Amino acid sequence: MVVFEKPHALTDAPFHYCPGCTHGIVHRLVAEVIDELGIEGRTIGIAPVGCSVMAYNYFNCDMIEAAHGRAPAVATGVKRADPENHIVFTYQGDGDLASIGMAETVHSAARNENITVIFINNAIYGMTGGQMAPTSLPGQITQTSPYGRDVNHCGYPVKVCEMLSELDGPEYLERVTVNSVKNIKNAKKAILKAFKNQVEGKGFSLVEVLSTCPTNWGMTPADALKWVDEKMIPYYPLGVYKDRSAAKEVEA
Amino acid sequence: MADKVLMKGNEAIAEAAIIAGCRHYFGYPITPQTEIAAYMAKRMPKIGGCFLQAESEIAAINMVYGVASAGLRVMTSSSSPGISLKGEGLSYLAGSDLPSLVVNVQRGGPGLGGIQPSQSDYFQATRAGGHGDFRMIVLAPASVQEMAELTVKGFELADKYRMTSMLLADGTMGQMMEPVELASLKVNAAPEKPWATNGTKMQRAHNITNSLSLVPEELEQLNFARYERYAEIEANETMYEEYLMDDADICIAAFGIAARVSRNAVDEARRQGIKVGMIRPITLWPFPTAPFKAAADHVKSFISVELSMGQMIEDVKLASECRVPVTLCNRAGGMIPTPEQVLDAIVKANNGGER
Repeated sequence: MVVFEKPHALTDAPFHYCPGCTHGIVHRLVAEVIDELGIEGRTIGIAPVGCSVMAYNYFNCDMIEAAHGRAPAVATGVKRADPENHIVFTYQGDGDLASIGMAETVHSAARNENITVIFINNAIYGMTGGQMAPTSLPGQITQTSPYGRDVNHCGYPVKVCEMLSELDGPEYLERVTVNSVKNIKNAKKAILKAFKNQVEGKGFSLVEVLSTCPTNWGMTPADALKWVDEKMIPYYPLGVYKDRSAAKEVEA
Repeated sequence: MADKVLMKGNEAIAEAAIIAGCRHYFGYPITPQTEIAAYMAKRMPKIGGCFLQAESEIAAINMVYGVASAGLRVMTSSSSPGISLKGEGLSYLAGSDLPSLVVNVQRGGPGLGGIQPSQSDYFQATRAGGHGDFRMIVLAPASVQEMAELTVKGFELADKYRMTSMLLADGTMGQMMEPVELASLKVNAAPEKPWATNGTKMQRAHNITNSLSLVPEELEQLNFARYERYAEIEANETMYEEYLMDDADICIAAFGIAARVSRNAVDEARRQGIKVGMIRPITLWPFPTAPFKAAADHVKSFISVELSMGQMIEDVKLASECRVPVTLCNRAGGMIPTPEQVLDAIVKANNGGER
């Protein structure tokens, strides 16, 4: 009897991610959802620039590597090439989505582009070795904020779900995390919904996943999971920030 | 004879693209090419196509990247400052070997510059569309009819060689109206694209559209392979037009609107008994080196007529191996040389540099 196996939507390539990094968990959740919905053959994933730049090696569906921050624009093109059949997701980090690609993020949300966005928020630039991200917390020490993020000098973190929730466009925005079994289960539900929305033609669905970067945070994996609870969640509260279809049901 | 209609150059590009099977257009408004977007906005919804106004030139070129990845004919258009913004995307399209058509209806620069016609993006188009080692096929129309024909050709070459074709026009070509005949345009259907990332349908291994290659030995090989393809293009796809070159003592080099102006000057000079001809490059890359090299055997000098501070002149010097003098006859910043100015340059050249 098989009790545990790799989702079909994941390739056999070993992940290059650091020990304790939560990218692996999120990749697996995305792959499980693709399997469960039976959409692998018509799914096209867009990898970002950042730690998950090589995500194209890990998913069995067709994959595209985009320029830094441009994944939602590329996804728009792929989706519009065959809106009936293509299921398109982007997988982006905080630098990619909330800094260099902010315009693409906001406008694809405003258009209610029928795509799924998986947004990994780990409050740091991982790939380049731990610089301040648009989501680094006030006071957070990074390579480019060595004395702690000074909000008087470089401003405040960007709260993506809160910001996008002010737009009329997007269908669904939820913030989750993967630092415990319970939270992983919730994250899976959100990712499933974000893909299902697209299959049902509902529109732009973004799941922000508070993630860890033990390497660049300078912590053990276990401490990093705790840091999510203690520091990140208070600043970035979990929850549903927009669910237009659910809101309509309530109104009806 | 098929019917001719009066069209603006910009509109001819748009309609020719539709005839070529392009059903996806992404753009951002900028003078003097916005008629292309307006035309597409009107036409695309009626033929099951997609017109989408992007939030920026950067987004537009990346939407192009997405559709091209999925294996369909796709285009964007802009004017000089907007093309600079597209530079990143042009490099990624090259690195991922994706076909697309990009139109640049040039205006005077640098910076925000002006909105009047220019040819000052020649270097950008033929040398450095973006970072890294790559080329684009650069097509330079000199009439509204050619705007249409080279649009179709641009899609075909892009598909054949898996790269970007750039239609390099200017504000005059975009705005001027001429009779154009579209019914006779011949279109080759797009080839099969087994590399496209359009869903595996669970029937093949996954395709990856990608320009990242971290192993230098491998990246070098990719560059070598790309340049072998470029050499094939140089050998097979170079286009130019010669005018009265057989007995010419002086050779004008000019493309686009500059060639239209120069032709009048050549005719007038011939009436005055001066043996002058013209070579008009139609592909700016690959540059038609052979005719210039051949002309250098019998002409006294070349005159490069340009709407820039002198950019193509470098290719004329390279092609003619500097065996005879090459002079510049130019206007810049949105100004256009007059036939009289070009005629003066011809007379001067005929007198061995003296007026």
